[in-house]
Amino acid sequence: MIAEFGHFALILATGVALYQFLVPLVGAHRGDTALMRTGISAAVLQLALIAVSFVVLTHAYIVSDFSVQNVYENSHSAKPLIYKISGVWGNHEGSMLLWVLILAIYGGAVALFGRNLPLELRSRVLAIQGAIGLAFLLFIVLTSNPFQRLDPPPIEGNGLNPILQDPALAFHPPFLYAGYVGLSIAFAFAVAALIEGRVDAAWARWVRPWTLAAWMFLTIGIAMGSWWAYYELGWGGWWFWDPVENASFMPWLVSTALLHSAIVVEKRNALKIWTVLLSILAFSLSLMGTFLVRSGVLTSVHAFAVDPERGLFILIILCLFIGGSLALFAWRAPMLKAGGLFAPVSREGGLVLNNLLLCVACLAVFIGTLYPLALETFDGPKISVGPPFFNLTFGPIIMPLLLLVPVGPFLAWKRGDMAAVWRRLWKSLAVAVVIGLIVLAVNIRGPWLAPVGMAMAAWLVLGAIADLAARIGLFKVPLSSSWHRFTGLPRSAIGGILAHGGLGLMIAGIIAISLWKVEVIVALKTGESADVGAYTVTFLSETPLSGPNYTGRAGRFLVKEGDREITTLVSEKRNFQPSGMPTTEVGLLQTLLGDVYVVMGDETTDGARAMRMYYNPLVNFIWLGAFIMFCGGLLSLTDRRYRVGAPKRAISAQAVAAE
Amino acid sequence: MRKFAAVLALMFNLGSAFALTPDELLKDPALEHRARELSAHLRCLVCQNQSIDDSDAPLAKDLRTLIREQLVAGKTDAEIMDFVVARYGEFVLLKPRLEGSTILLWGTPFAVLAIAAAALFLRRRRSGVSPEQPLTPAERQALERALE
Repeated sequence: MIAEFGHFALILATGVALYQFLVPLVGAHRGDTALMRTGISAAVLQLALIAVSFVVLTHAYIVSDFSVQNVYENSHSAKPLIYKISGVWGNHEGSMLLWVLILAIYGGAVALFGRNLPLELRSRVLAIQGAIGLAFLLFIVLTSNPFQRLDPPPIEGNGLNPILQDPALAFHPPFLYAGYVGLSIAFAFAVAALIEGRVDAAWARWVRPWTLAAWMFLTIGIAMGSWWAYYELGWGGWWFWDPVENASFMPWLVSTALLHSAIVVEKRNALKIWTVLLSILAFSLSLMGTFLVRSGVLTSVHAFAVDPERGLFILIILCLFIGGSLALFAWRAPMLKAGGLFAPVSREGGLVLNNLLLCVACLAVFIGTLYPLALETFDGPKISVGPPFFNLTFGPIIMPLLLLVPVGPFLAWKRGDMAAVWRRLWKSLAVAVVIGLIVLAVNIRGPWLAPVGMAMAAWLVLGAIADLAARIGLFKVPLSSSWHRFTGLPRSAIGGILAHGGLGLMIAGIIAISLWKVEVIVALKTGESADVGAYTVTFLSETPLSGPNYTGRAGRFLVKEGDREITTLVSEKRNFQPSGMPTTEVGLLQTLLGDVYVVMGDETTDGARAMRMYYNPLVNFIWLGAFIMFCGGLLSLTDRRYRVGAPKRAISAQAVAAE
Repeated sequence: MRKFAAVLALMFNLGSAFALTPDELLKDPALEHRARELSAHLRCLVCQNQSIDDSDAPLAKDLRTLIREQLVAGKTDAEIMDFVVARYGEFVLLKPRLEGSTILLWGTPFAVLAIAAAALFLRRRRSGVSPEQPLTPAERQALERALE
């Protein structure tokens, strides 16, 4: 009975979404305040209904109600509680329900906290949100009902794919979806602005916090996915240019561009049309990511035909929203007035370059991901596009951007002065070059990318420090007044500095693991050891293993650095019930300078075990960098000037201060 | 969809165990290094998106062994790649060759970059004006007075 209740709530939510789509739109068109206000209630009601539905499905998972087909197919009574909960979104139907839940949360947030928005704009934004919600709710109700019953109910469930039973992956989808769906708000604002024919600084100020929130969630979501791939898949890799990864990386690239161009709209009232287009593109790429991952089209165009109903449905949603919004853009964008002239060398000019390079980098990923599909569709030859392609196209496009990142914040608005930038940055550049030369000297036979990459990473970090130093007048004014200036800095400024510095750390990690990874593939008997970088790893023992829903073998390894014992690592081979699927658990020693990574393989013919061991230098800088970028975003978000609902007050406060 | 999930599970099943094994390695480190480089550019034909280096599928192992045999026989990298492509088709290459059918793949990002940069530059030239006239000395003095 409870499951039917959830299904019913979902159907009601579909009806409410239809209302939320049409009524506020008509109200805004007619200027009818009463109609517009009902949109707010509709958004809140929709959130409540979808939340009920989601809680019901979660309940079915927690109590292992196998009469619900979705629970039977994806859960098992012996699974730990956390994976019962994460199992809710570890499958197609449940993940779509999570998608609409997050959409409704964003919609509810606009409805409840958007009091400072003009009512018309708020109504139109809610209406667009309603339209997106309607499309996806129809998709769920008509093709992917998570509450389908089984009769008679089975005794036990099939279990969740064991490689998905992992803490980082349990919370990877909610973060990623919070990012994907967060971009729907920027999209809704863009479409509403096109309907109204007006984009101004206030509009940009309202859009920015939402975009920033979406960007933060994407950043942390992608980082979690990559972290999971690193220690769970057992290949020692952290990014594979897999289509599924690319599907989340493209919205990240475009939303990064959007974040920067919205600054120009807010501060200088320029790049308005472009920013609206970016908002549309960012969400379009999110939708496309959902389509690519959910339709099965990635394995092959033919896999799409295995389940054409769902794939076709998402494809129609995709065409309606992307095509519709782009058509609206083509029609209305010429009415938006361009404003704010600027010289090529200026903060605006730098941000234009940032946008150009980010978008072209995204295009390279887009083409590489979809080209094989396109060729196959047109009966061309079957080709593969893998990491070597992306390294050769994405790499050269993104590199000039990385070089320019530290320069941007030093350029003045309207007309920049390169000489002034040089005066403030030459020390950072000099130190970065020296670091590059040291790397070159130590690593004279190594690839040319090593010194260049490390110098670039140092340049990014030092540039961020120089930015901070210049803003607080470090060593130019007494330390106490530097501190005073620091506490007076807007949080968004510190956020930007953190994000740029975090990017530098991430680049350092990427370069280090790509170029200096030590890999040892060796067969060991117990008691034998192998050298991995500066460490010696000894295979101590092997014991049988049994967990709540798996059995297997555990190998113990002693890690020594010279004569000093560091730690004992355990690497496991697990066989999961009921699928019998084998997984490996990596033995991992994490340090800031690098990881020792041990994977135990199969028995070889002479009674030894095949081992795969890595020393991964600086690898944790990748996720540390991503986390710092996330923190930078979070700090900016708490800036009172961008806090949702705060703009008006902030403007008047500034006006008072200026007097 | 269920079929797709099953296929996916099967592929992960193959991938999650073990790829390159110790007994496959060549004695000569230089040759082995070349083998790894070549492997990283070849796709495992039965996997979704893995190089043969990362894959545990028997077919990937055959291909790894094949490459090493050819290397020991003294073939060049290019000869080996040609041999593999002749046998398995272009699909096996993770870096597609530049040909008629892939010209858009390789060209589009750089072409768009060039066109967009050119368009920005031309628009700037055509508008032809510096965004604003600099202040005259008199205006500058007035401004400084106002700021004091």
